Amino acid sequence: MTGESHSRRWGRMGGGFLVKLLLMGIVNAFGVSVILSAWQAQSWAILGVSVALLAIADWVYFSRRALPLKYLLPGLVFLAIFQVFTLAYTGYVAFTNYGTGHAGSMQQAVDAALIQAEKRLPDSPTYPLAVVRQGDEIGFAITDDGEVRVGTAEEPLSAVEDAAVGDGDVPTAVPGWEVIPRAQLLTDTTLQQLVTSLRVPVSDDAEEGSIRTREGSKGTIYSSSLEWDETGQTLTNTETGVVYSANDRGEFVGDDGSRLPTGWYVNIGADNFVRAVTDPSLAGPLLTVTLWTFVFAIASVVVSFAVGLAFALIYNDPRLRGRKVIRTLLILPYAFPAFMSALLWRGMLNAEFGVVNELFFFGSTIGWLSDPVLARLAVVFVNVWLSYPYWFLVSTGALQALPADTLEAATIDGAGRWRRFQAITLPLLLVATAPLAISSFAFSFNNFTIIYMLTEGGPAFPGNQARLGATDILISAIYKISGVSGGVADYGLASALSIVVFIVIGVISALAFRQTRKLEEYQ
Amino acid sequence: MRKLLQASLALGTAALIAGCSGGGTSPATSAPAASEAATSTATSSSAAPAGEGATLTIWTDAEREEAIKGQAERFEEATGADVEVVQKNFEDLRNDFIAQVPTGEGPDITVGAHDWLGALVTAGVVDTVDVGDMAAEFEPVALEAMTYDGQLYALPYSLETVALIQNVDLVGDTAPATWDEMIQMGEASGAERPFVINTGGETGDGYTMYGFQTSFGAPVFVQDESGSYTSEVGMGGEKGQAFAQWLYDNGMKGKGYLSTTVDYDINNELFASGKAAFTVQGPWAIPAYEGVNVKVSPIPSAGGEPAGPFVGVQGFYLSSQSENPLLAQDFLVNYLGTKEGQQSLYDADPRLPALTAIGEEVKSDPIIAGFLESSKNGVPMPNIPEMGAVWDFWNAAEAQIIAGAEPVATWDTMITNLQAELDK
Repeated sequence: MTGESHSRRWGRMGGGFLVKLLLMGIVNAFGVSVILSAWQAQSWAILGVSVALLAIADWVYFSRRALPLKYLLPGLVFLAIFQVFTLAYTGYVAFTNYGTGHAGSMQQAVDAALIQAEKRLPDSPTYPLAVVRQGDEIGFAITDDGEVRVGTAEEPLSAVEDAAVGDGDVPTAVPGWEVIPRAQLLTDTTLQQLVTSLRVPVSDDAEEGSIRTREGSKGTIYSSSLEWDETGQTLTNTETGVVYSANDRGEFVGDDGSRLPTGWYVNIGADNFVRAVTDPSLAGPLLTVTLWTFVFAIASVVVSFAVGLAFALIYNDPRLRGRKVIRTLLILPYAFPAFMSALLWRGMLNAEFGVVNELFFFGSTIGWLSDPVLARLAVVFVNVWLSYPYWFLVSTGALQALPADTLEAATIDGAGRWRRFQAITLPLLLVATAPLAISSFAFSFNNFTIIYMLTEGGPAFPGNQARLGATDILISAIYKISGVSGGVADYGLASALSIVVFIVIGVISALAFRQTRKLEEYQ
Repeated sequence: MRKLLQASLALGTAALIAGCSGGGTSPATSAPAASEAATSTATSSSAAPAGEGATLTIWTDAEREEAIKGQAERFEEATGADVEVVQKNFEDLRNDFIAQVPTGEGPDITVGAHDWLGALVTAGVVDTVDVGDMAAEFEPVALEAMTYDGQLYALPYSLETVALIQNVDLVGDTAPATWDEMIQMGEASGAERPFVINTGGETGDGYTMYGFQTSFGAPVFVQDESGSYTSEVGMGGEKGQAFAQWLYDNGMKGKGYLSTTVDYDINNELFASGKAAFTVQGPWAIPAYEGVNVKVSPIPSAGGEPAGPFVGVQGFYLSSQSENPLLAQDFLVNYLGTKEGQQSLYDADPRLPALTAIGEEVKSDPIIAGFLESSKNGVPMPNIPEMGAVWDFWNAAEAQIIAGAEPVATWDTMITNLQAELDK
């Protein structure tokens, strides 16, 4: 029994197996409840994935062979669910035209077109109505001038003898038919769908329209101007004769060139990527935005690193009094929520009422946020203000960890203050901080908060090209294009751009990490 | 043997825990409705599967939640169905509805604003609504706003619009009829600014400014005879240019009455502190003017024609993929649509009512009466999907002109770019 692992022990040593059993029981319980609810919601993909994941988890932790996986599995599962899935789904949307006007399936677009085309006859009266049944067939019974008439989808309305009516002239008993009580109607989902889709022709003449009910107790005459041809997959306008057929962009286009408002989403290949670089109204603004994104991200990192390092050097000098207090004060901008600081700065930079112009520029009205160049400067300035405490903290920590004997040796060898900083302090500091600079670059590259809270991407480009502005970075441009904030949504294009941003950051990070390895030679 | 024992123990534990957690989450919610339905249908020879209850899901924002819940209880008692009221942020409702209805996860009914309608129709997620003979009881502008291509898509319940608000202590309670008259009154009052209006900061705010724009005869889109908007841009040409010139003349390089330094909060601060005599705002800003003696009246004309602000309408949309269409329609028309239903919505969150009868009752409040009066001149904000693109172009051009850009050229460029976007 000596070679037995803790998780297989029964009695001695606290019963490791029981602990494992309990933990796996919880995992299994969670998995089973996910599987059950996926079953209920009929989400087969989720069901399949959860069954597979659960089976893998049980195999890994109850098998003796999968030792490394016992450590790796939780991380891998979270990676798959939260990263790989999101990325794959974004990738999928990037190749579709999902967005305004292309939101559902083709069948739903057909449903919507039929809903939009079916209009109430302008002079139609409202009839008291009851839903009736004869075997499997359902029909409507209406009361018209005291006379009860019954019809089904195939049989137009015809009068019946000896029918009884109740409150509000609603038919309550119809010979040969079973009147379905309203309470049953309202609680039976399948029946409701049948009733709302049932149209009972008023007469043999289709022109006269048909009775439909919306809430089960009143009937009105409607007529539809569109007809759906299931086999030909076309919609025909019965009034104008225009035939609408589906095109490969997920729209119904008529033979006269007109389009139906509702479309559906389809795969459109790499069209979104092509459009981002070839569409003249999009490509120019996007290029400017991309260049500015790089400028913004690089400036944010370099300047705030320089400022943070300078403060760190100054306040690292043991001769300085009150270092702790000042250090705490310097970290304050870092302690406020970024969006709040950005909003505060937005108020302070207001040209007329802002405190910046009032105190530092003699009450002049400098448009910090309305001039494209000044607005870019303001955004970088505020971002530096927000992020230098981070570099101050990191640099202070790194400075205190520098080997004192190396610096002392340099001093003995006669190196001056600048020489020591340049040849020893800075390189050693960069070894510790370069990886952080890369992540800081990636963060600035996607720093949506500051842009949106400070300028909302404004001021707009002249003529408001592509509805973007001078301080928009890629991520805020994607947000505007996606239409989440309102307006016209283009999730396909937004997803395509997100993927481009992902690749850009990925490539830059990979290159930069390779470069930082060279720095480690100093150690 | 050990292995088998281990495996069966593991399974047993799992089943036990799953059982415990499953008890809480299992769909027990439909049980009461089902039993109620079963008792009420017991007399008839029911062939429907007893125990199949129907649940109506309604999305709402926090303000209307209580009122809807009240009507929902009444509905539950009368029909035996279950109503589930889900509270969401108002801003999220539109996109969530468009995204969720096609997947089948959407609600049966949602609260919404009428200018979403174009997007909802092109997404194919809304069903038509028939209010029948009740149509005559609603304000015409409310039904017009909820109408798209001749079809009614929502049950309206409240209106909102902007109006001229004046500080009575500064300028008296006579409402000015024209822009010049108003400026004169404002200047005479000795206030720091005769007039202040929100431009949304650098973003621009075509919405608040729209009353002045229509007084130049330059509507954003041309309306056809029935009042439905066409997608033909109406604010180009000479009339639009005249409005642009007016913006420039009164802007930061002109007389300075309009300024892009004024955003919503600054606007309210200036007016509430008595530094401005007049402003244009909606009923939602009134709480910010506490302590100020205000009078609300229609917007004065700047260009000679009547000033018609945008009227926004809020109402209830019905999902096109609802599983309980009868139930949803019944709740909408026979509960929320009745005077009682609309009254309880008004009581929960007093907005300008869309039902004329309630409007008559609440007119005793001079502020509400003022906004109602202003809405009579108003036109519904366009609900066509093109409107989404319009806002960005339009707002930005106005902000640029107010800040001192060449008015006519900037306006014309905006119209050209807008037209190009619409023609896509």
